[in-house]
Amino acid sequence: MTMPISKRIIFYVLLFITGFIVFAPTLMALVMSFMSNKDIMTGSFPTMLSFDNYVKAFGQFPLLKYLFNSFIISALIMLGQLILSSLAAYAFVFLEFKGRDLLFYLFIATMMVPFEASIIPNFHTIRDLGWIDKYEGLSIPFFALAFGTFLLRQNFKQIPKELREASQIAGMGDFKFYLSVVLPVSRTSLLTLGVYGFLTSWNMYLWPLLATTNDSVRTVQIGLKQLQTQEQLNDWGVIMAGAIIVVIPTLILLFISQNKLQKGLTEGALK
Amino acid sequence: MSLENIVIQDAQIGQINFEQVKKRQRAKSFIKGMLFLLPSIILFSIFLFYPLGRTIYLSFFLTNAAGETTVFIGWQNYVNLFTSPIFMQSMKSTFLFVLYTVPFTIIISLFLAMIANEKLKGIGFFRTVYSSTMGISVAAASVFWLYLFHPSIGLLNMILETLGIDGIGWLTDPDWALFAVSITTIWMNIGFTFLILLGGLQSIDSYLYESADIDGAGYFYKVRRITIPMLSPTLFFVVTVTIINAFQTFGQIDILTQGGPVNSTNLVVYSIYREAFVNYKFGSASAQAVLLFIIILIMTFLQFKFGERKVHYQ
Repeated sequence: MTMPISKRIIFYVLLFITGFIVFAPTLMALVMSFMSNKDIMTGSFPTMLSFDNYVKAFGQFPLLKYLFNSFIISALIMLGQLILSSLAAYAFVFLEFKGRDLLFYLFIATMMVPFEASIIPNFHTIRDLGWIDKYEGLSIPFFALAFGTFLLRQNFKQIPKELREASQIAGMGDFKFYLSVVLPVSRTSLLTLGVYGFLTSWNMYLWPLLATTNDSVRTVQIGLKQLQTQEQLNDWGVIMAGAIIVVIPTLILLFISQNKLQKGLTEGALK
Repeated sequence: MSLENIVIQDAQIGQINFEQVKKRQRAKSFIKGMLFLLPSIILFSIFLFYPLGRTIYLSFFLTNAAGETTVFIGWQNYVNLFTSPIFMQSMKSTFLFVLYTVPFTIIISLFLAMIANEKLKGIGFFRTVYSSTMGISVAAASVFWLYLFHPSIGLLNMILETLGIDGIGWLTDPDWALFAVSITTIWMNIGFTFLILLGGLQSIDSYLYESADIDGAGYFYKVRRITIPMLSPTLFFVVTVTIINAFQTFGQIDILTQGGPVNSTNLVVYSIYREAFVNYKFGSASAQAVLLFIIILIMTFLQFKFGERKVHYQ
């Protein structure tokens, strides 16, 4: 069905206006990151564009180190979540044992406890384990994920039970079946969950703020806060350059996987 | 006679074996199930259930700076909170913040999802643009808006001044600060909410619209009678998530206002953070955390009790 031309024009006008408004802050930050401080302070349009702000940001702050830390931590959390969630989802779908339903409700209950409400004892636990300023302290607390378990459970349920029965007759154990059949068949969902895990870990703020005290494992988000608070002359160009560096990896990841993410998250949320 | 006995005995032995095997099988499958679940259960216990219990426990004590309990004081932490004007202000700000952010996030995202669901050329570009704020971290988003809200060189006040309107002290005026933080939050929320709502819209059967078209139904009639009812499970989910997220807001506050001016943006998680990690009063902070937990529990419960009734499932 084709839309009348007048209606189509209305939609395009709405799309362009709202699209511009939504994207304006990001676009503004991008342009500012190439502007000289003088232009920013006087509020003029950019008279010249250069990479000076990026050179300064990398020169004055260990941004590369922060980026590396964020990457390691996000990748660790992503892997941990994928492994733990898929194991748990497998048990909930393919194994039958006493107390399974009770455990399932326990997993649901974990979604009701906000991490922020249990942050004080968690901080003390990490401190007592000697995990402050360690990758372990920044990643391991986030490995178990009820949302991820549900998302994968949803997907595993679509694998025919006959497949498991056939594999049992062939003498295949559960762990082998999990590794060689279930995981490859569900790679799309695993990818969705992986992207989601990486995005949310990369963007974490409160916990890295508490669990890091020096540059050795500090993440790029906290680095950006430092850049913003320590920047003496209110050099907004440099601050924006830092912010753009922080968002580029996640924006690229989002653009590549937007369609899959949308489908995967909607399924996990609703069924 | 003897033959009969043997048969009965045989049957009994068979039964015993069968029972034993079944029992062993059950124990085996239990162990196997637990092995698959154990990693998650252990981590949930250490980083979720134990801390929850510990938080409740701490909330009845005074603590030293290392977080060890010193004096049991019963409900005193809670009594102090409810008589403290600062905490009451924090509660009020938190609820106002939820009231400002949740409806606007949903309405704006729903509008965007609806215009992005039309079959038009280049629609993929707009979908990417709308969902882009999901990829922008709280720290980066706050920095963007910190500049936009800057009193002298910020873009918003510059625009106001060229229009001949006096600049607003977005983050320094107690009447505006919570509002400014809300705008930032709504902008940040749009990406995720849009993506989920668009997914919901796309799963509506196009047959419904086609038959409405045959009946000559107008655009807004279709929105009211088809889109909204069919989308209600997705809306329900999105509302719940947005409310819970609003109660957990922290990063924006830490970068934009640090709880000020005069505590007008001291939302509950920021208040917990300050009490625990700046003032080292872990008992009082724990009491606030328990209250946060109860509020979220009640919110989720109310949502399910009253929200679900209005939801139309396919």
